[in-house]
Amino acid sequence: CTYKRLSPAFCTLRSSLQNRTRMGLNTGHGSSIKEVPIVTFKWHHVETPYLIALWILVAGLAKMVIEANHHVTNVIPESALLICFGFILGGMVWGADKVQTFTLTPTVFFFYLLPQIILDAGYFMPNKLFFGNMGAILIYAIIGTCWNAASLGLSLWGCHKGGAMGDLDIGLLQYLLFGSLMAAVDPVAVIAVFEQVHVNEVLFILVFGESLLNDGVTVVLFNVFDAFVSLGGSQIDAVEIIKGIISFFVVAFGGSLLGFVFGLLVSLLTRCTKNIQIIEPGFIFVLGYLAYLTAEMLSLSAILSIVFCGVCCQKYINANMDEKSVSTVRYTMKVLANGSETMIFVFLGISAIDKTIWVWNTGFILLTLLFIMVYRFIGVFFLTWILNRYRLVPIGFIDQVIMSYGGLRGAVAYGLAVMLDENKIKEKNLMISTTLIVVYFTVIFQGITMKPLVTWLKVKRAAVTELTLIEKVQNKVFDHVLVAIEDISGQIGHNYMRDKWNYFEEKWMSWALMKPSVRKSRDHVFSVFHQLNLKDAMSYVAEGERRGSLEFIRNESAFIDFKKKFGDEFSEAMPDIMANMSDDHGAASDRRDPVPSVSLEMHEQTMKGMRETEDINTHHLLQQHLYKGRKQHRHRYSRSHFDVNKDENEVQEIFQRTMRSRLESFKSAKMGVAPPKTISKYSKKDQQQKMPNGKSLDRSKSYYSGDEGFTNSVSPFHPAGIENPAFMPDMDPMTPIQIPPWLMEAELDSGMVAPSQRAQVRLPWTPSNLRRLAPFRASAQSNDSFMLADNLTSDFAPSTLKTRECFLFRAIA
Amino acid sequence: MGSSSSSMDHIPNAEELMQETGFSAAHLLRLYERFEFLDKDQTGELRPEDFGAIGGLALNPIGDRIISAFFSPGQETVDFPSFVRVLAHFRPNGTNRTRNGTQQEPVNSRTRKLKFAFQLYDQDRDGKISRAELLQVLRAMLGIQVTEEQLQSIAERAIQEADLDRDDAISFDEFKKVQQVSPHPQTPTKETPLHPTEGGR
Repeated sequence: CTYKRLSPAFCTLRSSLQNRTRMGLNTGHGSSIKEVPIVTFKWHHVETPYLIALWILVAGLAKMVIEANHHVTNVIPESALLICFGFILGGMVWGADKVQTFTLTPTVFFFYLLPQIILDAGYFMPNKLFFGNMGAILIYAIIGTCWNAASLGLSLWGCHKGGAMGDLDIGLLQYLLFGSLMAAVDPVAVIAVFEQVHVNEVLFILVFGESLLNDGVTVVLFNVFDAFVSLGGSQIDAVEIIKGIISFFVVAFGGSLLGFVFGLLVSLLTRCTKNIQIIEPGFIFVLGYLAYLTAEMLSLSAILSIVFCGVCCQKYINANMDEKSVSTVRYTMKVLANGSETMIFVFLGISAIDKTIWVWNTGFILLTLLFIMVYRFIGVFFLTWILNRYRLVPIGFIDQVIMSYGGLRGAVAYGLAVMLDENKIKEKNLMISTTLIVVYFTVIFQGITMKPLVTWLKVKRAAVTELTLIEKVQNKVFDHVLVAIEDISGQIGHNYMRDKWNYFEEKWMSWALMKPSVRKSRDHVFSVFHQLNLKDAMSYVAEGERRGSLEFIRNESAFIDFKKKFGDEFSEAMPDIMANMSDDHGAASDRRDPVPSVSLEMHEQTMKGMRETEDINTHHLLQQHLYKGRKQHRHRYSRSHFDVNKDENEVQEIFQRTMRSRLESFKSAKMGVAPPKTISKYSKKDQQQKMPNGKSLDRSKSYYSGDEGFTNSVSPFHPAGIENPAFMPDMDPMTPIQIPPWLMEAELDSGMVAPSQRAQVRLPWTPSNLRRLAPFRASAQSNDSFMLADNLTSDFAPSTLKTRECFLFRAIA
Repeated sequence: MGSSSSSMDHIPNAEELMQETGFSAAHLLRLYERFEFLDKDQTGELRPEDFGAIGGLALNPIGDRIISAFFSPGQETVDFPSFVRVLAHFRPNGTNRTRNGTQQEPVNSRTRKLKFAFQLYDQDRDGKISRAELLQVLRAMLGIQVTEEQLQSIAERAIQEADLDRDDAISFDEFKKVQQVSPHPQTPTKETPLHPTEGGR
């Protein structure tokens, strides 16, 4: 049963209704009918589902009210407001019933509210980041949690012995049990608070990962100490302790393995669901939930299980499933997770308004609060100090402070506390009360103060002296240089184990778990993408013909009205790209104009003269618009938004520019114009040719690639003089070209027919389409655009090219 | 770790390189493996396209500049010793192994790093960052929203702040001086990517 027994109030309501309806209508309970009932009031019939639905509605309404005003939510995190709302609601129910009818029971919490949140976390987990920092995360999760539990339990016991808490009937083991349930950092609370505070992605993944993985430890500790408490102190010997340690490994690894297996199952399933695409999305939820329950059944760590299920299946189900199914899954996950979180916090508030559970012991409660904070700080700083000796990029001081302060406790602790057996643990109510107080303190107080704390710390640490412009630029340059050197020297990308895993994964797992058509269609999407490219290229050429030279490319910075031109044809193939079109209308004026905010700043300062304001302007401008380096991109997970990484735009811009400049320098190595007739001449040829491996012919300084395969195509071009492409045929007999598979057959007809029409609309700009390489099919692959770019390098196998396209690229030059 | 096919024997002049750059044998080996990986067609030398193949660089606003910094002026390819020498600039400061009296300063000293950065700006190697060069770098590093006039004004002010001898360009000394005024916690002296033995973390 999910809710406690019907309160007297409801009984009276029902009976009064019954009385009223007895006048001729039936209550629907099988009492004798006097006449045919027209309509009956059957509350009892619908009671349970009705109440559930009603509560969900109420929680949703609460959220609506809270989110109405952003000023409030900027200061106080939403979770805190929801708890307060819960207080109010609880007060209302209490006032009506004199008893708390609705509390957050462990069953409801652990079976119906928590799994979807964790599944959401696992599904949207930035895998590369997660596994890259796995060592640190594990250290914090395992050792940190054990430390928290042990230290809290022992300290409280020590204080008890010292008499600080008065007369309590709690033994050492019970203290340890209490410690273990209080130790765990809660994923729900962490997300809720960290969404507000924008921290760098490494810090975020450390805290978040820790909060997820520490469940393995918490479950073990809780069960072990629970067993110890049942056994009684005398029965515990070395064997039992060893068993406890072994159970940790079994629980943790077993849970993860189970989750992994379920993840594979989901992936396999989605591979075969081509004919039932409409219900495809359902599988992930069902199997995720089953993973959770199975682990629970086998007394393994359920949270670990569902996390790894989500983590493991992401890639494959996103690739296998239809676009719309993927969208459905994403949205549904968010809806469920958000809804659950809201309900959890509301009920946490409501559960407090219950006289029966409250036991107040000042010493116990205050000491718990104190010890939790202190030991968290000690634990984090100590572990970080150890970790920093092995980490490439050390974790800074501010980050450590945030990590310590962000060790929030939440509903999981409360759920565990309620699950305690009151026969064995006499002071259960005290523990529940303490847990509630701790939860409220961390969520509300720490939640509210987190942002100001971070701001204060960062402001304090920021440069005391005002940097000159050139310094600011230079610092950014250094950031970019470091990232580039990392890439070049392969520090991040080339880990032996990671390479081996990637190889294994690509060869075996993708083969088994991904639809074969998908593996091929990765090429196909690129091919479509490059059809677009080619069309643009042809427009170039057409325009060049019209104008007499291709010089206009250098001077024009127009953007293409892409959707209008290509929308219908390609929306099928690349819906994600079409979806991203909205930010392609990118004349500079369309974007936000930085001036208004500058003038705001100017308003604050007293106008000391033109130079001063100019100074402020330029500094502010610089501050605002410098590209952030890779290290500074924000965290990539959010409960309520999809693409939190707003720097996607930045990445696109940079990519676009790089490609443009490469194209230009490539082009500048050539001098010449390609009359379109050359193209049509070769369109009939259907040979596949390969060109030599560039070495002998490579005198060109330009390089045009984001991929390995393509680089070779640049090489064979003659750098000498004005190129009359009519002479290109001479190069035909040469050995094969190696050009990426995405340069496939494209229809030339539409490109050739009316160049002026095409040129009229607006001038095409190849690189602006090139930049689609970065966010391409974002849902199908990881959101990590860097990984996408890496995929570019690794996915491409040089293959043959139809002659025409090869000449086309020469034609551009 | 990595494929065990390459060993120190493959690396020409390994000893001298180690001396000159201060890399350890393990480091050098790893860099050699990386070099071989980047060198797709096994010529023993890297070309710009090989660098271009590194995905992350395409997403770096000054990626192309950094690539060209590896190439000496006029050279089209980079061999392994040059590759290593450039990377040696970024070795952690605190682990200078060899310091014989004849070297004026270690390869990874602060000055050398600043020189490297300076050369990123100063593409024509005339020893000065002209306004045009600064403009180019700024253009690369700032978002598209910034208009030409705004860029000009930023470049203008930047030069004004740093240019001491009023020649409308920033020389290397002026550059150094600006950096030294307030040491930023993130200069490459402290935070460098090359770290002994930790594979890829």
